[in-house]
Amino acid sequence: MSNLLLRGGRLVDPANGVDMVGDLLVVDGVIEKTGPEIDDAAAETIECGGMIVAPGFVDMHVHLREPGFEYKETIATGTMAAAAGGFTGVACMPNTRPVNDHRAVTEFIIERANLEGHVRVHPIGAVSIGQDGEALAEIGELVGAGCVAVSDDGYPVATAQLMRKALEYSRMFDIPVIDHCEERSMTTASVIHEGAVSTALGMRGWPAAAEEIIVARDLLLAEATGGRLHLAHLSTAGSMRLVRDAKERGVNVTCEVMTHHFSLTDEAVRGFDTNTKMNPPLRAESDRQALLEAIGNGTVDAIATDHAPHHRDEKLLEYDQAPFGIVGLETAIPLACTHLLRTDVIDVARLVELMSVNPSRILGIDGGTLASGTPAHLTVIDPERQATVDASAFHSKSQNTPFDGQTLYGWPMLTVVDGKIAWRQT
Amino acid sequence: MTMDPTTTTLLDDATMVSEPPEQDIVFPKNLVGIRTLEAEQIGLVLDTAEHFRAISERPIKKVPALRGKTVVNLFFEPSTRTRTSFEIAGKRLSADVQSVSASTSSVVKGETLLDTARNIEAMLPDILVLRHASAGATDFLARHCSAAVVNAGDGAHEHPTQALLDALTIRRSKGKIAGLRVVIVGDISHSRVARSNILCLRKLGADVTVAAPPTLMPVQVESLGVTAHHRIEPALEGADVVMMLRIQVERGGKLNVPSAAEYFKLFGLTESRLALARDDAIVMHPGPMNRGVEIASDVADGPRSVILEQVTNGLAVRMAILYLLAGGNPKNVESAA
Repeated sequence: MSNLLLRGGRLVDPANGVDMVGDLLVVDGVIEKTGPEIDDAAAETIECGGMIVAPGFVDMHVHLREPGFEYKETIATGTMAAAAGGFTGVACMPNTRPVNDHRAVTEFIIERANLEGHVRVHPIGAVSIGQDGEALAEIGELVGAGCVAVSDDGYPVATAQLMRKALEYSRMFDIPVIDHCEERSMTTASVIHEGAVSTALGMRGWPAAAEEIIVARDLLLAEATGGRLHLAHLSTAGSMRLVRDAKERGVNVTCEVMTHHFSLTDEAVRGFDTNTKMNPPLRAESDRQALLEAIGNGTVDAIATDHAPHHRDEKLLEYDQAPFGIVGLETAIPLACTHLLRTDVIDVARLVELMSVNPSRILGIDGGTLASGTPAHLTVIDPERQATVDASAFHSKSQNTPFDGQTLYGWPMLTVVDGKIAWRQT
Repeated sequence: MTMDPTTTTLLDDATMVSEPPEQDIVFPKNLVGIRTLEAEQIGLVLDTAEHFRAISERPIKKVPALRGKTVVNLFFEPSTRTRTSFEIAGKRLSADVQSVSASTSSVVKGETLLDTARNIEAMLPDILVLRHASAGATDFLARHCSAAVVNAGDGAHEHPTQALLDALTIRRSKGKIAGLRVVIVGDISHSRVARSNILCLRKLGADVTVAAPPTLMPVQVESLGVTAHHRIEPALEGADVVMMLRIQVERGGKLNVPSAAEYFKLFGLTESRLALARDDAIVMHPGPMNRGVEIASDVADGPRSVILEQVTNGLAVRMAILYLLAGGNPKNVESAA
């Protein structure tokens, strides 16, 4: 394997307290060393002046759709989209067909990823068989096959009792239980956030309380069981308050916020673009402000995308008939740079924590560091690059994004996985 | 070519309507909602409707204004009043009118709304009138169709022709709209009539109050520019216009209203409650009415009720809309030539 030398970039490695301009040498898929000036005539040299060289970004919440929904996305196309979005790893949710509730499905995903994947794929197993909310899946088997967490994402863990048992049982494997927080008795036929916009448009509202009720339930159960709780795609000011309070009490909880939830509000729904429809929905500006504050103050641990590809035909419907979800992998870094970095909500080191260090730590996977001797998963970003989102050029099989045509600042330039170039801006 | 005797005899008479109000005001290509209309455009519709009202009072109720135009009514939700009104409106203007309902359409065979509309559009209609259960369905079609699209009710979002006919009814009865106190009572949450009326009346300068049990009041309703009450009595005080909305007790699994009887007791419009409004207040209802649920029969049939006049005005307003959309769009004229 050839050596790779990234020259003159800003090496941002918050896990090791490093933030300096320098070079980084990769040998045999492993970070050999970092330093002010490294010479290796044999290495392929990439000039990184003015760019951020960071440990590989990990999107801990994506839907790769394979097996079962290959018309929306496959492991090959989804991981190519990830690479082109600057991610070196993704964690994929179990709501495939069949559901990833059995080690055979996990093994299939990993095999496929080894054959055709462009980035590391970390499967998330189901909490319950068939995601039906009744019997626990064989979580030990799932972990043995390579699952890094369990979740019934797409749905909440159905009952408090099941959540309690999942938190208890998963303690044996030291994996997080990831919950999608939605009290479904309050969201029947709900389409968008309940607020001034749902009132104006006459659409069934999705109250903030429907999320917060399950957040509160899960926090109480995490506290009672000592299990590892990770709350997915939190979207409301109330959720941020609940998590902050729980963290202050020492509850073992982490949480993530989606790129679209800090970039857009429910005002975007007014044009009835079905690419503004997702679960949880775009919230009010006051919620968005609370998310920004929580991203800044450490309440939020990770930024993810909930990359949810849907076929064009599925979105070309009446608003309430269209499925929930948008693609996110190929817009995540520019959205974060535009709405978090350029606005001084966070600094670069914190961005790397949110998108690399913390997701890696939460999932217990390699990465999140530029330390010598660790696998060379690297994300290189040009924070000054300005470009317009062009959904038709996405590597994903689907183009369902509300950001098409938006000009954003700060784009990925190079993605290195295990020392190999997975994608490079051309 | 065989001439239609009714239209030929009316040609002279028709000159009156072939000269509509001066169209300095540009009318939009589609009528997706009141939200996209300016006050002057609303005024244009009402003025045009006044002209058309007269046609229906003549012995031969037909003019050739839309001769050669094709209007397709796409009704994906049950409707008697609105659908009949659009059909008669088109016919009185000599348009060719075809109605398609969900039960007879390909929707039951799994065709999407867009494909259904595109197929109908391939037959080159000039105007598509859409009634659909999904909010935003008209906006969706308008984005993808080249024919003019009229919203005949999209979910709980808008019902613009209802608001326009209500405005015409109020204007005819009160001589004005600006400065009036209008109260809307009933299921505000699920009512497209309420939303369009609030938008329309606010644009025309009326003061709008809504009254509903909190379970049927949408959140942050004040953001629509209205005053809200959870009891009917304070809302009625000093009202010039009382607009009652249909209540469907079964909707929402009886979590919104426990019973029709309790609703009538708390919110039903009775003679004694109506006495709280101004002496000359009028009573309106978009229909269909539930007598004894939201409105007492003696009020519905009483001297202050203008409920049937609303229906008559509805016809005139829909004629005006069809006329303005057909005439206001050069592309349509070209394809009809």
